[in-house]
Amino acid sequence: MNKRQLLLGNEAIALGLIENGCAVATSYPGTPASEILASVASFQEKNAISMHTQWAVNEKVAFEIAYAGCMTGLRAAVSMKQVGLNVASDPLMSAAYMGTKGGFLVISADDPGPHSSQTEQDSRLMAMMAKIPVLDPDSPGQAKEMITLAYNLSEKFKIPVMIRPTTRVCHARQDIQPGEIVSHETQAEFEKNPARWAATPKFRYQLHNELEKKLAEISAHKETAPSQLSVVSGQLQPGQTTKAIVVSGVAAAHTKDIMKDLDLWDAVSLYQVLQPYPLHTEFISHLINTYDEILIIEETVGVIEMQIADRHRVRGKLDGSVPKTGELLPENIQEIIAEFAGVQSETASLPSVPGRRPTLCAGCPHRASFFAIKKAAKKGIYTSDIGCYTLGLNLGAVDTVLCMGAAISQAAGFYHAYKHQEKRPDIVATIGDSTFFHAGVPALIDAVVQDVRFVLVILDNRTTAMTGSQPTPATGAGACGEPLVSVDIAPLVQGCGVKFCRECDPYKTDELISLLKEAVAYSREHGPAVVIAKHPCLLDRTLRGEQHQPVKIEVTDTCDGCGYCVKHFECPALVPDEAEERVNIDAILCSGCGVCVQVCPKESLSIVSGQ
Amino acid sequence: MKQQIIISGVGGQGVLFVTRLLAEAAILRGLPVFTSETHGMAQRGGTVVSHLKVGEFSSPLIRPSCADGLLALKAENVSLHGAYLNTGAWAVVNSSEPVSGLSDCSGVFTADADTYAQEIGTPKSVNLVLLGFALARIPKENLFCTTDDVRSVMKNRLANRKDMLDASVKALETGHNK
Repeated sequence: MNKRQLLLGNEAIALGLIENGCAVATSYPGTPASEILASVASFQEKNAISMHTQWAVNEKVAFEIAYAGCMTGLRAAVSMKQVGLNVASDPLMSAAYMGTKGGFLVISADDPGPHSSQTEQDSRLMAMMAKIPVLDPDSPGQAKEMITLAYNLSEKFKIPVMIRPTTRVCHARQDIQPGEIVSHETQAEFEKNPARWAATPKFRYQLHNELEKKLAEISAHKETAPSQLSVVSGQLQPGQTTKAIVVSGVAAAHTKDIMKDLDLWDAVSLYQVLQPYPLHTEFISHLINTYDEILIIEETVGVIEMQIADRHRVRGKLDGSVPKTGELLPENIQEIIAEFAGVQSETASLPSVPGRRPTLCAGCPHRASFFAIKKAAKKGIYTSDIGCYTLGLNLGAVDTVLCMGAAISQAAGFYHAYKHQEKRPDIVATIGDSTFFHAGVPALIDAVVQDVRFVLVILDNRTTAMTGSQPTPATGAGACGEPLVSVDIAPLVQGCGVKFCRECDPYKTDELISLLKEAVAYSREHGPAVVIAKHPCLLDRTLRGEQHQPVKIEVTDTCDGCGYCVKHFECPALVPDEAEERVNIDAILCSGCGVCVQVCPKESLSIVSGQ
Repeated sequence: MKQQIIISGVGGQGVLFVTRLLAEAAILRGLPVFTSETHGMAQRGGTVVSHLKVGEFSSPLIRPSCADGLLALKAENVSLHGAYLNTGAWAVVNSSEPVSGLSDCSGVFTADADTYAQEIGTPKSVNLVLLGFALARIPKENLFCTTDDVRSVMKNRLANRKDMLDASVKALETGHNK
């Protein structure tokens, strides 16, 4: 039964959680971490495990739910992407002081590159700031093994433990041998101890002292100590220096292959760090006492490097030997290692040809909403947010993207900046349904209180689309598909104090344009106006039943190839044919939404009758 | 046995599915395997590339000039990802015309997979048509698995979805027989 399986890094992490008896697993979706919780849910169902698995409204809430689980003695885990950890940083810093009872893991997936994130931040620095240990896996297989290491570490020292995979671990697949599911404590038992769980500042100082003691012991914890992978054979030549390379994370995986390819396996010592913080004290002394030159390769900040005090011997990010920005691709690492070891190596690189830019899907309701917004508020300032709809950039309908929820607060900021001027721009903010729940609600309350004159368009596609269709609080279903209570957006908006709140299907684009014009006019005089542009995402299979009936579109002979639809609507199914001076419909891509019929100013696109 | 293959296309074409079929075919053959994938925003119609490494490797990524083969679901991607190939590698490209820029390859095979997929009534099966075509054209010693292996993987994966399985096998075989 237990034969090797092809597992995505995130699935391997999930299987590790299940095998180690995790009883509470929470998350908020974000690339590259999203598949962790979805996989926990699927293993949970497959093995009929009784545990609590949930998508939370945001990472802070997810953290606090899982943390309380560990306070009762259960094993718990919260997973998120690196910028999600920013949102959860408040409970993280405090939980580090209070410590844990059951094992508690914080899985924060970093995205060097970045491939799908706002920043290349290094979660290991957050572990350092919180003063908790962090483990740095090099592959899906090692990520799974580290779950065991991390739970043991957490329970031995009563401390939250971070696991920091990166995109190349999360989204790599590897053949992995599943293990046994070990049963652990399933009875919750909260022992009251206000001096700890509700500590006042005076006791916090004591907890801080305890935390420092724990860290000192953890930096001598044998199970997570660095391992020496290669040993130099033979005698040193006179004048020859002793060299070591220290690696962690996926850079370790690249380095192992590269050192073999460059015939350096017996020429340079290689060490892999499993726990970059706190770095093992004995290891630091060993490096300094043994080697003349030490090269450290890690992503994305020099966390290991900054813990080695003797700067004369260390090469890495701080002295510029390793780039400070971007993903460390194996071809870059090969060059760095060859130079350090003093060997020749020919490294090729890829041409810097731009690939295709991502775009909203054909038939995406957001495209229709953006088109309508540009019609209704021509010279407006368009603040936006994190999600698929960031791609409204392509349509010129997104001017700002800062972080989750900022569309609303930035709209407020722009309003306040301009409000004493005679001419004020219209401000239209766009935010997705999941992002609105995540961080938009407090910002909207603030905007109501401060009488911010702006229009908020909630792009309600009924799912968390960008990360793979996870449920939102409005879905009424949980991580395992179980029925849950749903929270409707309109009453929530009204509850925030908004007086103008209307709904419209963006596929009825002409209606949406009129409604938005009305909303803009209202907002100029009276304060916030909210329009909920509601239409299900085409990619969410669970919403198939609610989809609009596709129509067949034809391009009539009146089309003169003016390019208006291509430029202002940017649907990938509209393909300009310059030679013929017209546009064609790509039948494979076209979803049959029919919105383009409302877009063409010359009425050259029409619905084929008899459909 | 060590083989490194790049699979390249645009979001929505099924690059990940092809990668996964090949990776599972490697497991079927008892070979260690690594893949690396593009998720997130790029999947919305942007350039997507998968790395597939069969044999003893530690790293999930292929270095430029190291790949043994390229499966390009979009001909335009040859200029982007052709540099992954080593001298003597093979390339299979979805194109109705001969492709340039692969002069160091031992074999370049093109197939108009878009048209073939439309002919069998499943226009979105371009990925499987091209995979079937590659499995038939690449000499045995240069590809770790066979059409039969991939068919077995499909049967395992789509055991509960007979209609999808039939359509997928048909697409694979259509490519194989071209």
